[in-house]
Amino acid sequence: MAPRPYYSERGDRIDGLAPVTVSRYRGFTRANHWVTALALIVLALSGLALFDPALYFLTGLFGGGQTTRWLHPIVGVVLFFSFLLMFVQLWRLNMPRPEDTTWVTKFGDVVKGNEDALPELGKYNPGQKFVFWAMTGLIVVLIVTGVLIWQQVVGHWVSVPVRRVAVLVHAISAVLILLVFILHVYAAIWTRGTLRAMTRGTVTGGWAWRHHRKWLREVASRDNKGPAE
Amino acid sequence: MKDIATAPTTAVSNPPVQPTEAYFDARDVVRISATRDVPRPERQLEPVAKLIDVSKCIGCKACQSACVEWNDTHPEIGENVGVYENPHDLTPDMFTLMRFSEWENPATNELEWLIRKDGCMHCEDPGCLKACPAPGAIVQYSNGIVDFIHENCIGCGYCVTGCPFDIPRISEVNHKSYKCTLCSDRVAVGQGPACAKACPTQAIVFGTKEDMKVHAAERIEDLKSRGYENAGLYDPQGVGGTHVIYVLHHADKPGVYADLEENPRISPIVEGWKGVTKTAGLAAIGLAALGATLHGLFSRGNEVDDHDTQAADVLVKGRDPDDTHGGQV
Ligand code: SF4
Ligand code: SF4
Ligand code: SF4
Repeated sequence: MAPRPYYSERGDRIDGLAPVTVSRYRGFTRANHWVTALALIVLALSGLALFDPALYFLTGLFGGGQTTRWLHPIVGVVLFFSFLLMFVQLWRLNMPRPEDTTWVTKFGDVVKGNEDALPELGKYNPGQKFVFWAMTGLIVVLIVTGVLIWQQVVGHWVSVPVRRVAVLVHAISAVLILLVFILHVYAAIWTRGTLRAMTRGTVTGGWAWRHHRKWLREVASRDNKGPAE
Repeated sequence: MKDIATAPTTAVSNPPVQPTEAYFDARDVVRISATRDVPRPERQLEPVAKLIDVSKCIGCKACQSACVEWNDTHPEIGENVGVYENPHDLTPDMFTLMRFSEWENPATNELEWLIRKDGCMHCEDPGCLKACPAPGAIVQYSNGIVDFIHENCIGCGYCVTGCPFDIPRISEVNHKSYKCTLCSDRVAVGQGPACAKACPTQAIVFGTKEDMKVHAAERIEDLKSRGYENAGLYDPQGVGGTHVIYVLHHADKPGVYADLEENPRISPIVEGWKGVTKTAGLAAIGLAALGATLHGLFSRGNEVDDHDTQAADVLVKGRDPDDTHGGQV
């Protein structure tokens, strides 16, 4: 078996030549991503409904307060496992790499879209890695604190002082994860040509060259050495 | 037409024969859970209080029975585990509980058997109401009664988190929160609470808060004259005072009465959760969403240009032999 690729997944490959397209996420990963996204949106709406009275009307989306109360934690469990599945697929290429430091120090060029000044990157840039690890950490904190305040499941077993800390940490983490979520959506839209990676599963060659050149190089070289040659 | 009941000033009187109208209702609400700016009611009712004199309590549990009967709850038949508490804790079907403590008084070296009737304290500043996310699930009337309105309750248990006295209990059957109502349905028609009515020693009495304080002062004086020099009233100011108050023979050590809170107040964690976290959190989310939308609408975005596309072509198809980057590395 060939050694593990360093900047790409084994499944990433050149998908078409006219024009050049590169496959970035297989169908399973995309489905997994959208289940996670949907769960996060349901959790955000139901959670916000119970976070501030001004947003309590959002319980109407779910059929009332009682339904919102039981739905929220169940969807939380769905999100946890769905994200876990994604984590297993994505963590390796989200590990920090030396070039990430350079990228971060040149953040001004990142914001200006001045990518020529930036180092060549693998499948993920440090911003994407930040989103990945922030989501990971916050989801772990949210599931732990969420279970601790899940009245119907652990109501009698968790002491009141612990519940107080848990509910506060849960609220703060929820705010943070929404900020990360906004950043994630925003970056995916601002970086034109990104969304199709999660819809069609492929990106254009130009996109890959511009944003993830090391990834493209590895995928292209592998494809050129394919058994067909 | 029915007459309007007068506010009860005692629990011992018998009910009138004629049916009467409630003397207070939704118009007298001063606080509503998850609701800002509740309009001030037109009238201010005389604050009421239930006074529990632990020095007179004989632990007969008549109050518990009366409470079960009046509120038509059906506590499970429990198991005797060798202590007097029955049931072992407050439950959604048991709004009040005699808690028994055996305490060795270090001053006299004597064993004292302390009995405290536990239940909702009807705080002037109720933590349960502050924590509750459901509009109208908890209300407070201007006479001081804190009442749960079950049809609005969603069973989240936040009230348990907010209460400094660990009082509310969530039913596993209908997922609603329950606690002592101070017999608001009896008080409204001029009757004292069922527990006070049933108490054979009058350890539980009911009336206006002013009257109860006067009565408590007499009891405290009596206790002091009989050697309980630390006797005093428990009306904790940390929660703005309560509408269930205790006469304690050891008022300097409330903790000896089955861990009665020394200095109860709404936990700063709960205040922080319902206060700055909510305000700052929503502001941050709102600003981020707004900023992202505006910037997304008005900025050009990071577009792939022709140069990128050509470079990728060269790399993938290996067309340009002069290119030093493209092709096989
Ligand atoms: S359980 Fe009911 S009363 Fe208690 S906080 Fe939740 S909605 Fe309010
Ligand atoms: S004792 Fe607890 S349940 Fe009763 S009013 Fe105070 S905070 Fe609410
Ligand atoms: S005031 Fe009423 S509800 Fe409260 S403990 Fe007494 S009998 Fe029960």
